[in-house]
Amino acid sequence: MIEKLVKTTGEWLKGEGPSSDVVVSSRIRLARNLAEQPFLLTASAGDRAEIYRSLAGETSNDVVIPDAMVVDIDEADEIDRNLLVERHLISRQHAAGEGPRGVTISPDETQAIMINEEDHLRIQSLRSGLQLELLWHEVNEIDEALANRVPFAFDEQLGYLTACPTNVGTGIRVSVMLHLPALRLTKEIERVARAARDLRLAVRGSYGEGTEAVGDLYQISNQTTLGKSEESIIETFSRTIIPKIVEYERAARETLMKQHSSQLDDKIWRSYGLLTNARMISSGETQSLLSPIRMGIHLDRFHAFDIRTLNEIFLYTQPAHLQKRLGKKLDDDERAAARADYLRERLASKPK
Amino acid sequence: MTLNGINPTVKIENPLGTAKKLHKMITKMNCQHCNKSRATVHITDTVPERKERHLCEDCAEKEGVIIKPNQHTTNEILQQFIKQKIGLGLTENVVCPQCGLSFQEFQVKGQLGCPHDYEVFKAQLMPLIERAHEGGTKHVGKKPGGGTPPQNLHTGLLKLRRELQDAIQQENYELAARVRDQIRNLEQQ
Ligand SMILES: [Zn+2]
Ligand SMILES: [Zn+2]
Repeated sequence: MIEKLVKTTGEWLKGEGPSSDVVVSSRIRLARNLAEQPFLLTASAGDRAEIYRSLAGETSNDVVIPDAMVVDIDEADEIDRNLLVERHLISRQHAAGEGPRGVTISPDETQAIMINEEDHLRIQSLRSGLQLELLWHEVNEIDEALANRVPFAFDEQLGYLTACPTNVGTGIRVSVMLHLPALRLTKEIERVARAARDLRLAVRGSYGEGTEAVGDLYQISNQTTLGKSEESIIETFSRTIIPKIVEYERAARETLMKQHSSQLDDKIWRSYGLLTNARMISSGETQSLLSPIRMGIHLDRFHAFDIRTLNEIFLYTQPAHLQKRLGKKLDDDERAAARADYLRERLASKPK
Repeated sequence: MTLNGINPTVKIENPLGTAKKLHKMITKMNCQHCNKSRATVHITDTVPERKERHLCEDCAEKEGVIIKPNQHTTNEILQQFIKQKIGLGLTENVVCPQCGLSFQEFQVKGQLGCPHDYEVFKAQLMPLIERAHEGGTKHVGKKPGGGTPPQNLHTGLLKLRRELQDAIQQENYELAARVRDQIRNLEQQ
């Protein structure tokens, strides 16, 4: 099953959609739990197995997600689990968790439902660019379809009841992944991060909580879920916060082009030089080098390959994808060499 | 996006002459922006090129150079809150009859045991919930099954038609196509 995934890159890496020069992808996730069932903290092994069995069936029903694929995470090996993390289909916590748990995935990977993560259900919709209204439509449809089939834990005052009280209410988490290289180069990034935190938003690296912003990718998400409607949270993101940051980043890119075009081109082309000549390269270095190139493509200053190829490289140079492709487990050094080989091969075969 | 409040930290970077001399020089300098007020904020950019800027606090704030000190994240607030409660021993150890979780266990784990815990621990949880959600104590938003049941068919259609117009106006044709399909489905019912 996972083999099928490896051959594709997923919708969110298309590199299209509104504001995709700055917004890499957006995601909406809803936390839901079954009524009259223990949360995972106190659920017995039998409870967990029963909840997983039943929800794996319900979530993959054709009225919920048509032609869905269910991956049993407890049975999947380490590389497959990490592969799903790299594709943003499950969280790191879910990969590292214990006991019966899984994920139901739509054929185009835009929808995924984690079962038995922190909550019984985490329903997500993920797409490239800034498309929060569309995502809300999709995730809401899945939520409605599931609510017709299973009873959710809900309270008139507190809304949807979640394992952690910080998610109670709407249970919604809106996240937008932004590429902000120019704001970092012009040293404005900390200012944006602080302004976002003032608005009670979380600013994190690309793989969620506790991860670093490698390759100038930042994930911004809401932290409060009680007292505001889903629509108002989404609207704040799509009409105010994100357009503002996009505007800042574009202005910073403009400044770089006007005042430092030689330095900018130098940075882009040196990165390309390293990527196409290295004999050993880490995943972190690859992502850092891809960052100025990503900007260069959007600024129409780099044409050696396009954004789709860049996104493909971005995904396939990550550890699990690299190992899956070669069909074996590799240590750090072996991975670094295999990654450099892949990059030279992939980029050399492209006509300039 | 508001950037209010002032961070009083003044950072001086001086790889050249003596720090004292430079400091004297710049403390007498006027703001490079408005040229009226005394420059009290001195910034050295190193990327993309080395450049010093000397601004008054007003202009520095306008430029977004100085900002209000960081606020705590929800998790920090939660942890702080839990620590305080444990430290002061303020809470009785209530136990949920349904799942057996005690409030003290929740304090350690940060997670609840079952949906009933919200009722059982209500007195202890509500202040924490209020803090974690910027004062929010009442759910606003959708309810299970509150989508478009048959009796709401008409208003549902109205809403969708408005959404369709919005989507077209925003040139979001992918969304528009989806909404259009939803309207067709509803109309056929
Ligand atoms: Zn001034
Ligand atoms: Zn309980």
